[in-house]
Amino acid sequence: MADIPLAARRAHRRRLTGWGFVGPFLVVFAFALVAPIGYAIYLSLFREQLIGGNSFVWFDNYRQALTDPQFWASVRRVAIFLAVQVPIMLSLALLAALGLDSARLRWAPLYRLSIFLPYAVPAVVASLMWGFVYGAQFGLVSRLRSALHVDLPDPLSGSWVLASIGNVVTWEFVGYNMLICYAALRSVPGDLYEAAEIDGAGGLRIARSIKLPALRPALVVALVFSIIGSLQLFNEPNVLHWLAPNTIPPNFTPNMYAYNLSFSGQEYNYSATIAVVMGVLTMLAAGGVQWYGRRRMA
Amino acid sequence: MTATTTPARPAREASAAHAARVTRRQRGRNRHSLILSLLMTVMLLYALLPLLWLVVNSTKTPGALFSTFGLWFGGPFALWSNIHQVLTYDNGIFVRWLANTLLYVVVGAGGATFLATLAGYGLAKFDFPGRRAVFFVVLAAVAVPGTALAVPTFLLFSDLHLTNTPWSVIIPSLVSPFGLYLIWVYAQDAVPGELLEAARIDGAGEVRTFFQISLRLLTPGVVTVLLFTVVATWNNYFLPLIMLSTPQWYPLTVGLNDWDQQSFTAGGQAIYNLVITGSLLTVIPIMIAFLVMQRYWRSGLAAGSVKQ
Repeated sequence: MADIPLAARRAHRRRLTGWGFVGPFLVVFAFALVAPIGYAIYLSLFREQLIGGNSFVWFDNYRQALTDPQFWASVRRVAIFLAVQVPIMLSLALLAALGLDSARLRWAPLYRLSIFLPYAVPAVVASLMWGFVYGAQFGLVSRLRSALHVDLPDPLSGSWVLASIGNVVTWEFVGYNMLICYAALRSVPGDLYEAAEIDGAGGLRIARSIKLPALRPALVVALVFSIIGSLQLFNEPNVLHWLAPNTIPPNFTPNMYAYNLSFSGQEYNYSATIAVVMGVLTMLAAGGVQWYGRRRMA
Repeated sequence: MTATTTPARPAREASAAHAARVTRRQRGRNRHSLILSLLMTVMLLYALLPLLWLVVNSTKTPGALFSTFGLWFGGPFALWSNIHQVLTYDNGIFVRWLANTLLYVVVGAGGATFLATLAGYGLAKFDFPGRRAVFFVVLAAVAVPGTALAVPTFLLFSDLHLTNTPWSVIIPSLVSPFGLYLIWVYAQDAVPGELLEAARIDGAGEVRTFFQISLRLLTPGVVTVLLFTVVATWNNYFLPLIMLSTPQWYPLTVGLNDWDQQSFTAGGQAIYNLVITGSLLTVIPIMIAFLVMQRYWRSGLAAGSVKQ
């Protein structure tokens, strides 16, 4: 009987211990994640005016963003990017994962590692490298053009530049997405395949009835990351911008627009507004996919 | 194993027990698909050719970069002289950038992993008031893209006069909600509650239990989180670009981009050979880390993607 209060005291202490473990993370979390978001929202409600200085303007900045053709041009670009590049990249990743898992591939680990390797390359280096390949001076594309006497399009011209950036992003992330899918496929117990084969299921039937359901959560994760990556596109176009300043303008993507607004333009309030709008749009899109994916699984 | 060393033996002769032991993978050895190999080889070439381009062109002199074919060696072998130039150009600024990157990686990624491990473990193994609220806030934060935070964080830090210091890069790197989530998932299975209970009965304090027992069980998860945070900080570009204005504090990524831009600015010296060789030197350490620790990131990816 005497040890009940002791246990209760221990339990109470353990409650506080939990906070002790979580506390340090939460302090940094509050300072480096919550505070910037709050500050950006606060800034987005103000405007620096020539007359009257810094004044509270309610949602005027948001109204400005909604009617800003420069902003909408950037949103349209990343939307096209999302609609074209992401399906291509994820299909390639899915096919490669199915190939790795099919047991019909010799030296599968070699393929797995090699295709994943570009993920370790920093986006800046990847963009510099592909920039050299695309570029006019000693680019492979221009060299191929003169060697083969064929009229290859300029990868950095207006109609091709988005596709060229899509290629850099695909190169960087196809292996990562392949591994996410592959990990999901490997988690299917072998007995399930044995049973399906005994029941006379063919390869296609197995792919549809066993592999695709197992892949769905992984595809949802890959899709969420890809949506975030597309809507928040910055590194690749910002590096390539120097090679193609005319076809990659400062408002090429929403993030580049926000960055250049606060850097070249000193328009901090409007820059914060753009960041908030894009953050909300990204979370809505990513959250929507997650919600839809989960509902389909249930 | 016998089935693979003597493939000529008809399957019928194998005992039933042996047949059961033959896995899917082993049976597959006999029916490799040529078309599949070809398709996968195309993917492999797509992944590796740009890297081959980087290696090949690191060995070229600036002149040979323009005059020889990009995907094969040509001109005098200049790799060592290129590396020497990279390390000594502009009073050895590249070495400074490397040191900065290491600082950001060790303190930023190391700190992020430590904080995420403590918190993920705390959330998984302790019941405390407000636990659910904390969990949902952090889970919501997993969906907040890091790049969306760069501009807001810059605006806040510049008001606090923190920009253009190492802290402006390190502090934002310390938060990894995704790392916390991975550890939380991992700790639920890896650290049995009975074990903690036994340690408590033995009179061990919670902190000691964590460091001496739980941390060891959590190691694969911790290494995974460390790997992801190391890659994130090593490859970080947007945040340091926006935070830092003096090259003295640049990490490698921002510095390399600066070198590249030199050739586009009026009066700037084009140093393509340094950009290319510097890129190679930037890529090599992180690739080695990946290849050495591949066992861990694979298990981590599995935990993150399957257990959604």
